[in-house]
Amino acid sequence: MTTFLSFLIVALVLIGIVQIVRIFEIASKLNKPSDKPVSDQDNKYNALALLIVGLGFTAFVGYSFKLWGHLILPDAVTLHGQGIKTLWDITGILILVTFFITQTLLFVFAYKYRGREGNTALFQTHNNKLELLWTFVPAVVLTALILFGLRTWNETMVPDTEGATVIEVYAQQFNWTARYAGADNQLGNAHYTSIGGVNTLGVDINDTLSFDDKVVREIHLPVGQQILMRFRSQDVIHSAFMPHFNVQMNCVPGMNTQFAFTPIKTTKEIREEQEMIERMELVNSERAKKGEEPVEFDYVLLCNKICGAAHYNMQIKVIVETQEEYNAWLSEQQTFQSLVSAQ
Amino acid sequence: MSNHEHHHEETFITKYIFSQDHKMIAKQFLITAMVMGVIAVMMSIFFRMQLAWPEEGFPILEMFLGKWAPSGVLDPNMYLALVTIHGTIMVFFVLTGGLSGTFFNFLIPLQIGARDMASGFLNMLSYWFFFTSSVIMIISLFIQSGPAAAGWTIYPPLSALPQAMPGSGLGMTLWLVSMSLFVVSSLLGGLNYIVTILNLRTKGMSMTRLPLTMWAFLVTAILGVLSFPVLLSAVLLLIFDRGFGTAFYLSDIMIQGEMLTQTGGSPVLFQHLFWFLGHPEVYIVLLPALGITSEIVSTNSRKPIFGYRAMVGSILAIGFLSFIVWGHHMFMTGMNPFLGSVFTFTTLLIAIPSAVKVFNYITTLWKGNIQFTTAMLFSIGLVSTFISGGLTGLILGDSALDINVHDTYFVVAHFHIVMGLSAIFGMFAGIYHWFPKMYGKMMNKNLGYAHFWLTFISAYGVFYPMHFIGMAGVPRRYYTNTSFPMFEGLLEINELVTIFAILGASAQLFFFFNFFYSIFRGKDAPQNPWRSNTIEWTTPVERIHGNWPGEIPEVHRWAYDYSKPGADEDFVSQIIPLKEGEEEH
Ligand code: HEM
Ligand SMILES: [Cu+2]
Ligand SMILES: [Cu+2]
Repeated sequence: MTTFLSFLIVALVLIGIVQIVRIFEIASKLNKPSDKPVSDQDNKYNALALLIVGLGFTAFVGYSFKLWGHLILPDAVTLHGQGIKTLWDITGILILVTFFITQTLLFVFAYKYRGREGNTALFQTHNNKLELLWTFVPAVVLTALILFGLRTWNETMVPDTEGATVIEVYAQQFNWTARYAGADNQLGNAHYTSIGGVNTLGVDINDTLSFDDKVVREIHLPVGQQILMRFRSQDVIHSAFMPHFNVQMNCVPGMNTQFAFTPIKTTKEIREEQEMIERMELVNSERAKKGEEPVEFDYVLLCNKICGAAHYNMQIKVIVETQEEYNAWLSEQQTFQSLVSAQ
Repeated sequence: MSNHEHHHEETFITKYIFSQDHKMIAKQFLITAMVMGVIAVMMSIFFRMQLAWPEEGFPILEMFLGKWAPSGVLDPNMYLALVTIHGTIMVFFVLTGGLSGTFFNFLIPLQIGARDMASGFLNMLSYWFFFTSSVIMIISLFIQSGPAAAGWTIYPPLSALPQAMPGSGLGMTLWLVSMSLFVVSSLLGGLNYIVTILNLRTKGMSMTRLPLTMWAFLVTAILGVLSFPVLLSAVLLLIFDRGFGTAFYLSDIMIQGEMLTQTGGSPVLFQHLFWFLGHPEVYIVLLPALGITSEIVSTNSRKPIFGYRAMVGSILAIGFLSFIVWGHHMFMTGMNPFLGSVFTFTTLLIAIPSAVKVFNYITTLWKGNIQFTTAMLFSIGLVSTFISGGLTGLILGDSALDINVHDTYFVVAHFHIVMGLSAIFGMFAGIYHWFPKMYGKMMNKNLGYAHFWLTFISAYGVFYPMHFIGMAGVPRRYYTNTSFPMFEGLLEINELVTIFAILGASAQLFFFFNFFYSIFRGKDAPQNPWRSNTIEWTTPVERIHGNWPGEIPEVHRWAYDYSKPGADEDFVSQIIPLKEGEEEH
């Protein structure tokens, strides 16, 4: 129904415009013909339209944050995410201010200096002072932005990972598996040639470090504890993306990559936040329309690098919980050694 | 003139098909690009329909796609294939082959005062390589296993292994063959453009008197010649990996239960090679549009372009910097964080020359006497979208901020606004502006206005909301958003985008009708309809082989003497000598 309506609207709009064009055509024939390519009237109407549409769009950009702001991801639930948020906010304000100023100037000038018979333009070729000014000001602002950006980047990507809990995330078409390092906090070696049977990650059975590793299909993270996530891929490039955590890293076959972060909000906590409650109401009302069960909020790790037909549905649930809950969960999981010997 | 006699002896084949006349070759490029453009736009409508109405079946999809859309519901593999070919066609065939091929060929000899390109034969070859490459790309749509589907960036191993997805079989082979021919075409063209601009300028046309269009085209051609060969080598190595068991890009792979023997290669190597072309490529797409706009904004403001030297300087700066920023596409590959820092630094630097260009455009309007031709409207549209799209680049280029928007719809919004919209607007502006020179006819003004307004409004309507879809965390190249509860609630905004996309696509009907109708039935064009200074407007309306009937005129001034005090009219053609005591700007 909506589809049909939209097509109808599009068709009507097009027909309407054809009519308007014809009216203009006839009107301009009535006026005395001129050899100039555009008439003063054309200039007037187009300039006015530019002003209205241009400033209208500029204003809408401001309004859009009110209209669609609730769609934006909530603040990142990681330590480094907070630093990035400050950078994001500063950059965002800078962008919006520049956007408003330049777009307004563009459309106001276009309107104000619209062509009129008998007017002459100013002959002005350059102005060194002005040009130096607007080279210099962006240069200074950008320098500040670059320095701030690089500091945030280095804090995020080169942290001290002493004492971090090591977890491996393994990608393959089209699912994720996680491997916990176990009591020794060290992952056993793995190589793709060892893949077979229950050993889906190709872990080296003879490496003693692997004995207490735990292979699971759900990622649990203890809150407040630094995590060192390591990534591998079995087949093509995937990208492990945890939007709520501000964490992303490609998983590249033949290569080891990693990302360290500290979650600071448990799943339970975020579910109770007002913003999240409202968001989930929206989600569940959409689901109700389709006759689907309501759901509760969960963090997720999803694939963000095109990897094949089911790329759009390659996900694994992420749960952030207290250290005690985490310990309890982990102790229930089977070790790699018992998994293999059970085979 | 020997040129003249030659003109009369031409047969249909040498005049319209294997033509060596730069003006005819330009039109061949234009028409081919238009056909390709229509195909690419239709594809985008198809996959946008899937995103807006994921559960519904559309008979029209089944009609066009057959087994790839059983009961009208798009198949996920075909979704990816459509996105891939859409992107490939838009970037390479429309905005590189189409934009450069059309305007470089058409304008270079006319604006520098030459009879033709340095080598008409190479020029003809360039078009026919382009044509063959287009045909192969289109043929790939019809094969059993479907066209290439690994994204326009074709990252291996996905693109290297036929087991990884159906599109990586014969479809990818055809894509690679097609792109190799494309690179040959663009190299033949590029060398020709550079040589022509450097060597065949008429008397008096010094480099500092070159119109900004020529500067932009020259730098673009240099970028192309330096970067396309790298794509060709990347493609060749990929062909080896696919067919001959080499391991440039492959290592430690187990796919569909099969253990591959290749080890030691690196998929990331491909990305370095690809983006070494890929980033300059976005400027290869954009710079010509900026050059065209410089010319049109100045002419129609009836004012000199503000800061000519700064404009040339920023084109050169952008061209240079575009070679040392490619890594910003790869922040998340696990590259050394220090390397990421370097690329952030160089990337954000590009904002400076870009800002200079924007301020200069805006100042050119200031105190002008602006004539709103359709071309001028599209140029102002370009400046607006260049600002909007450029600014979000500050986020994507900043590695720390990129972590959460990399590969999301935020990127799709960014690159469409800055590369899709700006460059397409520049192309439209160029067509409206130089149509009288191409065909000796005027295009209908009011249809042009309708085209501009609908296009401008729907363009922002399609791509502005995508920023929010991206900030909601939705990855690009997703067949549907419905498999994640967190993306429910985006359906409405997706619907809005698709409706604007359909509206915008329909608006192009005005353009096509206007274009073809005007070729045959348009009003006859006067010699210099926009009262412009550049010397292409001193050639006769009849568009003869060799361009000028007698001697090629000598150039005495720069191209921007608009509204010069003391002149008789508000423009002074470049071929008019300086008056007694008149200073050259
Ligand atoms: C009718 C207008 C257009 C619409 C509605 C449209 C829409 C889209 C959408 C929705 C995507 C898919 C994003 C994704 O899933 O990653 C896409 C991809 C793309 N589009 Fe467009 N687009 C349009 C015009 C253009 C133009 C003019 C260009 C020229 C630069 C362009 C270049 C691309 C590229 C390079 C991709 C990426 C393909 C890939 O991911 O491999 N598009 N387009
Ligand atoms: Cu994926
Ligand atoms: Cu780039």
